[in-house]
Amino acid sequence: MKNRFTAMPKPVKILIWVLLALFAYALPLLEPPIISTPGVDFGGVLFTVSIYCLVALGLNIVVGYAGLLDLGYVGFYAIGAYTVAILTSFHASWPLLLAIPVGVVAAMVSGIILGAPTLRVRGDYLAIVTLGFGEIIRLVAVNTEWLGDTRGIKNIAKPPGIGGEEGWFQIPHLFWGDGTVLLDSDDKTTFLFFGVLDQIPYYWMGLTAVIVVLIADILIKNSRVGRAWEATREDEDAAELMGVPTFKFKLLAFATGAFIGGLAGGLYASRQGFINPQSFLLLFSILYLAAVVVGGQGNRWGVLVGAFLVAYLPQRFRDFDDFRVLAFGVALVLLATLRPEGLFPPRRTVRAKHLEQELEELEEGAGGEESARV
Amino acid sequence: MSEAVLEVQNLTLKFGGLTALDDVTFRIDEGEILGLIGPNGAGKTTCFNAVTGVYRPTSGGIVFQGSSIVGLKKHKITQQGIARTFQNIRLFPTMTALENVLVGADAQHATGMISALFRLPKHRREEQDGHDRAMDLLRFMGIDRKADELAANLSYGDQRRLEIARAMATNPKLICLDEPAAGFNPAEKVELMNLIRRVRDRGFTVLLIEHDMKLVMGVTDRIVVLEFGRKIAEGSPSEIRDNPAVIAAYLGVDEEDAS
Repeated sequence: MKNRFTAMPKPVKILIWVLLALFAYALPLLEPPIISTPGVDFGGVLFTVSIYCLVALGLNIVVGYAGLLDLGYVGFYAIGAYTVAILTSFHASWPLLLAIPVGVVAAMVSGIILGAPTLRVRGDYLAIVTLGFGEIIRLVAVNTEWLGDTRGIKNIAKPPGIGGEEGWFQIPHLFWGDGTVLLDSDDKTTFLFFGVLDQIPYYWMGLTAVIVVLIADILIKNSRVGRAWEATREDEDAAELMGVPTFKFKLLAFATGAFIGGLAGGLYASRQGFINPQSFLLLFSILYLAAVVVGGQGNRWGVLVGAFLVAYLPQRFRDFDDFRVLAFGVALVLLATLRPEGLFPPRRTVRAKHLEQELEELEEGAGGEESARV
Repeated sequence: MSEAVLEVQNLTLKFGGLTALDDVTFRIDEGEILGLIGPNGAGKTTCFNAVTGVYRPTSGGIVFQGSSIVGLKKHKITQQGIARTFQNIRLFPTMTALENVLVGADAQHATGMISALFRLPKHRREEQDGHDRAMDLLRFMGIDRKADELAANLSYGDQRRLEIARAMATNPKLICLDEPAAGFNPAEKVELMNLIRRVRDRGFTVLLIEHDMKLVMGVTDRIVVLEFGRKIAEGSPSEIRDNPAVIAAYLGVDEEDAS
């Protein structure tokens, strides 16, 4: 199936991607029966999924591409969230659209500050240092009056809507009755108003961020930068001896990952309207890492699936929420035994096989002609 | 008299109490193939590592094209024009053959995050240039058909060839081959000998570590012999063959045992 997809002409492929994206945008309006979450706001769940996707994409650059085990990724997420919170409500009243870029840059700078001394150590040591970093950020937040200590920060700014409370127009949701599908005129989403109740506009915002980051990820991976990351991951010494400034590229991976983590944190803070240190526990670093590992580190589509599973399943099966960690443990053990590289490990062999086949066909053709001439 | 590409001057390297290299001096002239031979543990690979910046010499100098490279970072040395292969193959196994060579070609490129992200002309130009160079080298090595195969899936011989292609892609002046024929059968060794000559004919200067005396004698212009970290002889292959010190140290042993 994948072969058939790659063989399609480019406009068709683009069309399919656009349709997929449209479907993703429309998902919370469609509220398809089995997928949608009973008892929990579907739009809110999808927003959480989009944030996890964003985080997983960012962490995938650090862990999957550059091979740097980061156990404190939530630290960057927290820095993004806190910067936005401080700037829009606690110590200033900046507009959100100005605060988010500052939060993102703050996260990135913290990534560079953390990375510059620590990226000289390898493997286990780096994991321990980053683990400490994530906890330090949280403890600083807990113990600093200026950061609202354990009480956290309230009234974080919402994104500016278009056209005030009425928005431009309203979109009705679908209602799935018994065998009939109706437009539900009581349940409408306002385009584009970021209110308190309706989470769907936030989901659209999150999804847009995911798509932008995804495209950037594809462009970067398929360049000198992406190759340098991968070479560093595979064999740091050999990469260095092949002219790759490995330290520089590791730092770049760290900063890029922190950038995306900060963005996710900023968006999260804005949707939530309220943050406290409880939102940035070590557990989240582990969950993010789980999303990357479960999906297949190094494969952007894999980690998106991983993020979806980690964020969505507990919400869909809320009745079993108490068993969440247990189910998670069992799933991880099974995965480690059956698919140690994750659900969707990076695949390039498909392309290789394709090329081989082409060459064989060509050769057969040439051979045939020659024998015909003789 | 041709110009010296690399001059190793009184190079000494100590690991704690162990002297791995002791006052070694030799030079490589432009366009020649210099063989570096010696019994196991003589310090050949250590010498390579010192030249490519893996180890920092305890004393002595290494001058490449007129400037000292002692203390430079490894990737800087590569960018200045010294490339190497490894005794045990060290490719990037999860990358394709083409990508492996591209990493080498990238040594001379400067595309960064911004250029890649916005697909600036610099990225396009360097990417095109890198692909052309990489495919050219893969063809030169006779493995262009496997360009999209993962490096880990290549046969042993192809992996060795790919390593040489990757080193050549960094566009070096001097290319250091660390036992490129290890694990090859006699026919493959002959083929490799021709290949090394062709590498030289493309304008590279070659420093070759090799165990196989036949290969070394057949392909090199000059030979430097190390024993216990000291240089014991230097000269043309025929001089080395007749040098009593070398015979005692190295060739005196049965050739089967030596290789």
